[in-house]
Amino acid sequence: MYVESSKGKIRRLWDFHGGLHLPDNKRQSLQTDLTSATMPARLILPLRQHIGESAIPLVKPGDRVLKGEKIADNTAPVCAPIHAPTSGIIKGIEAHPIPHPSGLNGPAIVLEVDGKDEWADLPAPINDFQNVDKSLLLQRVRESGIVGLGGATFPAAIKLNPGKAIKTLIINGAECEPFITCDDRLMQGAPDRILNGARILQHILGAEECLIGIEDNKPDAISTLRSHLTDDEPIEVVRIPTLYPSGGEKQLIRILTGQEVPSGGFPAQLGVICHNVATTAAIADAVLEGRPLISRLVTLTGEGIANPCNMEVPLGITAADLIEQTGGYTGKSSQLIMGGPMMGFNLSTDQVPITKGSNCLLAPSEEEVPATGSALACIRCGRCAEVCPVNLLPQQMYWFSRAKELEKVQDYNLFDCIECGCCSHVCPSHIPLVHYFRFAKTESWAKEKEQLAADHAKKRHDFRIARLERLDAERKARLRKKKEDLGKKKPVKAAAKGEDAKKVAIEAAMKRAAAKKAAQQSPPKNTDNLTPAQQKQVDAVDKSRAEASADQE
Amino acid sequence: MQFQTFSSPHTRRPSSVDKVMLQVILALLPGVLAMTWYFGPGVLINIVIATLSAVAFEALVLKLRRRPVMPTLYDLSAVVTAILFAIAVPPLLPWWLTVIGMAFAIIMVKQLYGGLGYNPFNPAMAAYVLLLISWPIPMTSWLPPAVLSTNPLDFMQIVSAIFTGSPPTGLEWDAITMATPLDGMRTNLDQGHMISEIFQSPVWGDFSGQGWEWVGNWFLMGGLWLIYKRTITWHIPLAFFAGLTVLAMIAFLFDQESYPFALFHVFSGGAILGAFFIATDPVTACTTRKGQLIYGVAIGMLVYIIRTWGGYPDAVAFAVLLLNMAAPTIDYYTQPQVFGHGDNHG
Repeated sequence: MYVESSKGKIRRLWDFHGGLHLPDNKRQSLQTDLTSATMPARLILPLRQHIGESAIPLVKPGDRVLKGEKIADNTAPVCAPIHAPTSGIIKGIEAHPIPHPSGLNGPAIVLEVDGKDEWADLPAPINDFQNVDKSLLLQRVRESGIVGLGGATFPAAIKLNPGKAIKTLIINGAECEPFITCDDRLMQGAPDRILNGARILQHILGAEECLIGIEDNKPDAISTLRSHLTDDEPIEVVRIPTLYPSGGEKQLIRILTGQEVPSGGFPAQLGVICHNVATTAAIADAVLEGRPLISRLVTLTGEGIANPCNMEVPLGITAADLIEQTGGYTGKSSQLIMGGPMMGFNLSTDQVPITKGSNCLLAPSEEEVPATGSALACIRCGRCAEVCPVNLLPQQMYWFSRAKELEKVQDYNLFDCIECGCCSHVCPSHIPLVHYFRFAKTESWAKEKEQLAADHAKKRHDFRIARLERLDAERKARLRKKKEDLGKKKPVKAAAKGEDAKKVAIEAAMKRAAAKKAAQQSPPKNTDNLTPAQQKQVDAVDKSRAEASADQE
Repeated sequence: MQFQTFSSPHTRRPSSVDKVMLQVILALLPGVLAMTWYFGPGVLINIVIATLSAVAFEALVLKLRRRPVMPTLYDLSAVVTAILFAIAVPPLLPWWLTVIGMAFAIIMVKQLYGGLGYNPFNPAMAAYVLLLISWPIPMTSWLPPAVLSTNPLDFMQIVSAIFTGSPPTGLEWDAITMATPLDGMRTNLDQGHMISEIFQSPVWGDFSGQGWEWVGNWFLMGGLWLIYKRTITWHIPLAFFAGLTVLAMIAFLFDQESYPFALFHVFSGGAILGAFFIATDPVTACTTRKGQLIYGVAIGMLVYIIRTWGGYPDAVAFAVLLLNMAAPTIDYYTQPQVFGHGDNHG
């Protein structure tokens, strides 16, 4: 397929297998203008809002923090810092419901808002980004806490340092999930931020071309971005056909370049890097204004929400506060989904905060998301395979997942499944296929871990047996040698000096007993061979123990 | 506020197994009505007996297996099996053979393997083959199509034949039955007749036996409608006909007087019914696209081979069952290339 990209250039597009034409339901949340949420009394900032290691708090309860101040970070390679979205007092660092499919609580910093919205000293804007050291830009992106805002939440700075030559930068404005419109709103409302971000990214990566891919159900976003492009820059806005899941990174790369990211590999291997439009805009803010990532656009939609809209919201505001501000619930929905209807997950409570990866709150009515009957038997009709964008055979994977034949499921490329939900969507037996595949994945990981542990234990066991055998052989060899030595000595001489020999023997026995006793008092410990740092810790513990026992006495 | 939680995706396309089965039943209707027109109400009586017994056996086994009875009956799969079986057997088949057939199909072939979705063999075809081997005479005693029948049986005579298992009073089986086109062709060829000679007989229509070819036509309509509704895809039927006609054409070109032309094979016996309604049973067929093509071609070729050189005049049931056995292996070797596994890495 060929389309006209910006500037009248004809560009070839490729397609991927399967995919779905879904009712897009985007109109509802596009009726009103973009507004900003008012600051609630309290913000909840989970320490883990990204893929990678949790951030570690840099503040303690009682501290006053300013807007934009870094309040948590970690030196681990895959991590993004967290900043205060407004000024206020740290109330505590405690377990709190977080937006996660498990519905479990996670550690979060609770910030009591003081209402002054007082900015911290921000790092200086880098307007002349083309003439500064790239490492400075990378450092800025990292320190601004920017992660993939399309939902993947992978720290953006890492993706900007691929260690490979990059030819194509792709900016993902596909937004293929039904109901969600926050990227559309951003593209219409802030084209310059996105384009500036794209220019910065292109400069950092040294990419010769930059393609902004947008599904053709967003004509306003396409024309707005195109009208803000200058004539001679290597950025193209490409209109792609609306087909779920074209906004998946691998799918979009395929559509725009015809290349497939190798299984288990990364786009950078193909010389491609892909960033979401919102991430791109956030990078522009960080570089050109010094502003860290402290807010984002969120779509609120579904018949369960009184006034569907898009809002610029501070990170950490709870879903309950946010929905309350827009006019509350209508009572037409019994569920609340974070994300879209295809890949989003249900929230069990609306007390969870908006985090960096939260793009949508969807409260669908029964008509919008009909309840499915109980699952029936798979009749192997193959509709799932027809729509799978990865070209898997879900019917076969289901068969083996059900039988818990994990190796067989992996043979059918379980780990290439992107959990887009197309297969479950079309299944006439209403089988929750994606659920089975998630289960098979976690089971496989658990089994792998178990296997590693078992291998380790076996190695240790084998080593122990070998050691015992060696010690036994050594002991026997010593005994044999002793016997031989004794045999060589003349018995007559020993008899003559009977008294002396006895004395010597007794002394020797006493010495051995003493040595044994000493050995028992200090058996080998697992604290032998410690690093100096560990030794220091051990010493500290010993010291406090000694003090404690001294206190008792 | 607290909410219910489900697993993603949250939206579903409104389709269901019972709708799929219902579409298959609707698509069979034109052919069934045509059969009734040409072969009398025995066809419908067989369908009723088969459906009632299939549903009863299914309910019985589900009860014994302590599975929910009504939801499973509502999937209509037992009804589809019953109808496919009933239109494959002669219209005067004694009622107890139909019941035995359904007992075997539902209990042994379907439920003992775990029920819908788990049966490796097509239940209707397995039952058909069981009866054909065990009771060959009643299973091959077809009535002549109405257009050729000088003295058609009335409703009560048909009912009595089905329920007593003996021909209507005053009549012999030989007097009221007639060979099927495939059977007739074969017998004539075995007797050394040439095809041009055989086709002199008034029992033949344009492609096959009079009446028969029209039944085939109506099943073809139903099958095309299923493809149009996307209940089935074109792969298996087209591959089936390709396998059948290519072999038939080669043989026909080799000797036009000993091997009938390809369309004769398509419009005779169970070819059309088999291609659209039996080989396409998703549970027992191949599930990969490439596999379906192989599966269809192989069934078509086997049908021709058995019809021409085997021991039975028709062969759809045998061919389908043989390929049912091969389906899992074919599926294993015809997996599509998964995204990112090829060499399309630029």
